[in-house]
Amino acid sequence: MKTLTSLAASASLLVLSMGVVYAGTLDTVKQRGHIQCGVNTGLPGFSFPDDKGKWNGLDVDVCRAIAAAVFGDAGKVKFTPLTAKERFTALQSGEIDVLSRNTTWTTTRDSSLGLNFAGVNYYDGQGFMVKKSLGVSSAKDLDGASVCIQAGTTTELNLADYFRSNNMKYTPITYDKAAETVAGFDAGRCDVLTSDQSQLYALRIQLKDPGGAFVLPEVISKEPLGPVVRQGDDAWFNVVKWSLFAMLEAEDMGVNSKNVDDMKANSKNPGVRRLLGLEGIGGKGLGLPNEWAYNIVKMVGNYAEAFDRNVGTGSKLNISRGLNALWKNGGLQYAPPFR
Amino acid sequence: MSNETKSAAAHTPSRTAIWNNPTFRSLVFQAIVLISVAAFFVYIVNNTLTNMAQRGISTGFGFLDLQAGFGILMSLIEYDETHTYGRTFFVGLLNTLLVSFLGILCATLLGFIIGIARLSRNWLIARIAAAYIEIFRNIPLLLQILFWYFAVLSALPSPRQSLSLLDLFFLNVRGLYLPAPQPEAAFTAVGVAFVLGIITSFLIARWAHKRQDLTGQQFPVLLTGLGLIIGLPVLVFAVTGFPLTWEMPALQGFNFRGGLSVIPELVALLLALSIYTAAFIAEIVRAGILAVSHGQTEASFALGLRPTLTLRLVVIPQALRVIIPPLTSQYLNLTKNSSLATAVGYPDLVAVWAGTTLNQTGQAVEIILMTMAVYLIISLLISTFMNWYNKKTALVER
Repeated sequence: MKTLTSLAASASLLVLSMGVVYAGTLDTVKQRGHIQCGVNTGLPGFSFPDDKGKWNGLDVDVCRAIAAAVFGDAGKVKFTPLTAKERFTALQSGEIDVLSRNTTWTTTRDSSLGLNFAGVNYYDGQGFMVKKSLGVSSAKDLDGASVCIQAGTTTELNLADYFRSNNMKYTPITYDKAAETVAGFDAGRCDVLTSDQSQLYALRIQLKDPGGAFVLPEVISKEPLGPVVRQGDDAWFNVVKWSLFAMLEAEDMGVNSKNVDDMKANSKNPGVRRLLGLEGIGGKGLGLPNEWAYNIVKMVGNYAEAFDRNVGTGSKLNISRGLNALWKNGGLQYAPPFR
Repeated sequence: MSNETKSAAAHTPSRTAIWNNPTFRSLVFQAIVLISVAAFFVYIVNNTLTNMAQRGISTGFGFLDLQAGFGILMSLIEYDETHTYGRTFFVGLLNTLLVSFLGILCATLLGFIIGIARLSRNWLIARIAAAYIEIFRNIPLLLQILFWYFAVLSALPSPRQSLSLLDLFFLNVRGLYLPAPQPEAAFTAVGVAFVLGIITSFLIARWAHKRQDLTGQQFPVLLTGLGLIIGLPVLVFAVTGFPLTWEMPALQGFNFRGGLSVIPELVALLLALSIYTAAFIAEIVRAGILAVSHGQTEASFALGLRPTLTLRLVVIPQALRVIIPPLTSQYLNLTKNSSLATAVGYPDLVAVWAGTTLNQTGQAVEIILMTMAVYLIISLLISTFMNWYNKKTALVER
């Protein structure tokens, strides 16, 4: 009797206590002392652990920038490697605070998954990689081909659209992880590997014979990739969005990790002074310290530095800026004014 | 009246308060538990729905009617990108059922052979069977699936260098290509003859059994059965003028087109599942046979039955009642393990439905619930069938 009553009491207590009130992510993150960031399981240039287990990449740097803005310490991030299939559920369920995993911004994802895209850190497009021995020079010659793809991506949909609109047939071979996709392509299970172009270059490095494969010229889709947060938490949304903008604005203003201290001490440019928190609103509206953007530039660098280091000329991938150049250099990257 | 006097005489029920009545108390407690469990679930469901609405996540099953827009490697029903998400569910489900069914069939066959082999008096055969069991039972299934997949893939040539047999069968890294039968209208008669053959042989078997019970005379059931089941359709086939053409696979562009194709993902998964589960089934079979007292065999030999007949008529029927219950759980395991298909890209329910469709629609709760329900139903169906079979084979004690 007694045990039963106490059991019932504790059960009802449990039920009552489960009416959790969700605190804002920013407060939760500050309290916890680190950011939980969802990244790719392994994509050179975007998120890839080095031989010491340290994560590197353009997507990883977005998370580092957020940590620098919030804590003044870019190291206060923990990374959760996620497959394409797992990523949204991980974010929806609160397992991670921000998803920075080469994720394409689409209507469905923005509107019905309870998520918000906080900007674009890489403008990409879907392409095809084939082996040289196949003797194909255009994607239009791929009728009847077997195509390796990663499950749960926009790639799957674009591929279907492309072949259907060109009245061609194809056989999709869908794998869970990038590593298996590469292995399948290597083993000859498919003629073509399709993915975002940036990924194709990254995956090509992992092939047994990288020189034996090349990327076809066609780009069949728009793939704006960017960090994602949960919908309905505007304070956190702003922090993520403006951390990304700060990197772009720093490049625009000519501020980088090497000259940022000098700029802070000597610059008379009001734009630079506002960015570095010496004038203007600083971090007040975002709930961050005034030097938040300074911390980002100092610890992570501006967008150009992150790009060159991870995917650009300073990396194995050697991808040109292209669409990812600043607006004034003919690209699409653009930050709203800091004022 | 009588009640009152009785209770007055016994002095018990009137004095005991109703909450001290054991029956009443147990009823009340059961009701309380039931209500709290129900309330708990109502709360959970309500909580989930409210939270999802708050976060702007779509709910409901409306997405089932939307166009899927992605391709699937293998489908037993008609499917292309223009079909709905609801259709992808059935595509995945059928692929799961296919691999589970084939897996159960192969694993049972292989398991029985190896189980019996392990009991063989031939030292080598028994050792080989034992080694098989110990190796395959102790390596994680996922590793075995990946091994078979990449082993099979790397061993096979590219489509342009296919291995071919008589230019009818082709084997390459994309799969096994066979001629596909294209039945014409008159072919239905052959099917009818086939069904008729099965029914007649079944009836003959029953009649022969009865006659043997009554008179002791035996009838060649196996031969007549085979004649009816195979001979009759062949005869009809010839009489109707061979109403069947074959569609040959032919190399065209990158791949073979036409004909039937068996994809390597299915082969690898099937191999791994059957080989792995067969190791467990073999042990179950061995245990079942050893559970039959040796006296039974000796008695059977004493009656003059040959060893094969002893095995078939005396040992196996008695062993089956020990074998079937654990065999059922192996069947369930195999079915559930088939969800590892996703690792090698075989489009089963988990890969297609709880993978791609979930990711494209983002409706995790609905999709995972449906997936769990499907596995639950399949498992319950298998165990119902096996329980029925178990009852049938159980020893009837007289």
